[in-house]
Amino acid sequence: MFIDWLLAPLQYEFMLRGMAAAILVGIVCAVVGTYVVLRGMAFFGDALAHTILPGIALGYIISGGARDTLFWWALGTAIVAALGIGVISKQAQVREDTAIGIIFAGMFALGIALISTVRSYAVDLSHFLFGDVLGVSSHSLWLIVIFGGIVLLTIAAFYKEFMTLSFDPILAITLRLPVGLLNNLLLTLIAVTVAVSLQTVGVALMVAMLVTPAATAYLLTHRLPVMMSLAAIFASLSGVIGLYLSYYLSIASGAAIVLTATLFFLLAFLWKRMKSV
Amino acid sequence: MYSHSHHLDDKPILDVGNLNVRYTGYSALEEISFHLHAGERVAVVGPNGAGKSTLFKAVAGVLQPSSGEVTIYGSGPRGHICIAYIPQRSQVDWKFPVSVADVVMMGRIAKLGLLGWPKKSDWEHVHRALKTVNMDDLSKRQISQLSGGQQQRMFIARAIAQEAELMLIDEPLTGLDTPSQESLLDLLDTLREQHVTVMVATHDLEQAARHFDRIMLLNHRLIAFGEPTAVMRTEILLQAYGTRLRPVDGQAGMVTLDDSCCDEGEHDHVH
Repeated sequence: MFIDWLLAPLQYEFMLRGMAAAILVGIVCAVVGTYVVLRGMAFFGDALAHTILPGIALGYIISGGARDTLFWWALGTAIVAALGIGVISKQAQVREDTAIGIIFAGMFALGIALISTVRSYAVDLSHFLFGDVLGVSSHSLWLIVIFGGIVLLTIAAFYKEFMTLSFDPILAITLRLPVGLLNNLLLTLIAVTVAVSLQTVGVALMVAMLVTPAATAYLLTHRLPVMMSLAAIFASLSGVIGLYLSYYLSIASGAAIVLTATLFFLLAFLWKRMKSV
Repeated sequence: MYSHSHHLDDKPILDVGNLNVRYTGYSALEEISFHLHAGERVAVVGPNGAGKSTLFKAVAGVLQPSSGEVTIYGSGPRGHICIAYIPQRSQVDWKFPVSVADVVMMGRIAKLGLLGWPKKSDWEHVHRALKTVNMDDLSKRQISQLSGGQQQRMFIARAIAQEAELMLIDEPLTGLDTPSQESLLDLLDTLREQHVTVMVATHDLEQAARHFDRIMLLNHRLIAFGEPTAVMRTEILLQAYGTRLRPVDGQAGMVTLDDSCCDEGEHDHVH
């Protein structure tokens, strides 16, 4: 009975592909998100996701609505935007969060303006904003596997450098690590993650995938590798449970995934509160 | 992976000449010149905002001086990995998800090189360093669960694991109870035996006079630098502290100080 309930959605190939995408994206977002949470970069992640909209819109107009090339447009825009925000935040005329806020809203508006020039844009716009995980093609799935894999391998390779730089940047300087390079590498990894996650949750909900599972894990552990693993587990579970909710309750998939992740966070938060009383 | 400068023994370990650090609007450090020989232990004292942290950061090569020179064994600090800057405890994110051993291992990563993983000998370095600071049994503990004294000693263990020859320790005694202060001062004796050069920023003039070879009195400029008896004189201290100085007892010509300690951190940003 329950088994049937579980298996019913899986007879559809698009559901299987959606599940795979949601799990993979969840893992990548969770691991990268660990650093986003520890370094207090949630606003940066949110801004970055929104800032890529004009790039996607441009690709959408140029390709005449084809979906498979959009990943590359998203990737290119995300990397440029991430490094650009990095440069802007270093100059001192305007406060960093103010500068990011101005650029992110401006770019987001530009993206919407561009897409609105296309007739019948509403459906596609909502897919960019909120994701369309059930529309993931096998081509897109492969891109998620490859680029998600690159992100995870890079995080693993520079594990001790990123940990040290995040905990004590002054130590990283006195150990003469290439601090500027490593910071830009981390920004680039967040950018790639945003591009990889675009189709699953969309730009508007991206920050939830970056922040919520990692924040949930942070409530439950005091060790970095455990935090990354727990975050990955919460994120994958959110992806799977979210898709079942989406299937049976007919709600938008991206929203269902994010709501599930949020529920995990609330449960962990309450559990922690009860334990400390 | 990185190139590191060699140490020439005939040069002073640290030589600072006409060092100036200017922020927008004011000078943090003006015309600072001094040098240290290997194994010396110096207390750096001065009022809040006198530039103690700034001096340490310039010496460590963390911030670029506006003018003047810092050399370590005859070459600029940015080629050296033998300098350890130990931050004030209030500057550290104690909720960061790492254990004591993780933090001490961070001291080794320049030696490991990019992409290198800790070897058995690196873990031995870490455990030896923790043994030196009497914390071997706490290696697995999460850093938020340490006392103030343990936090401070963990960072010194990290500097030992780094094989630092010059340690710049920012306000280690502030906020510690007396037993923790005593064990930290004992640890400084151990470091002296290992020929480590130590500069300690402190607010406690009495401790500075009792436990250090030389005292550096700083208030943006170098007011005095010498043996405690030469520096701890009312007329000299008044130059650094002005009206904040209140002679409390006149024991043996020494002055005790009532300095309004210590929450306002010094400015870190160079413009």
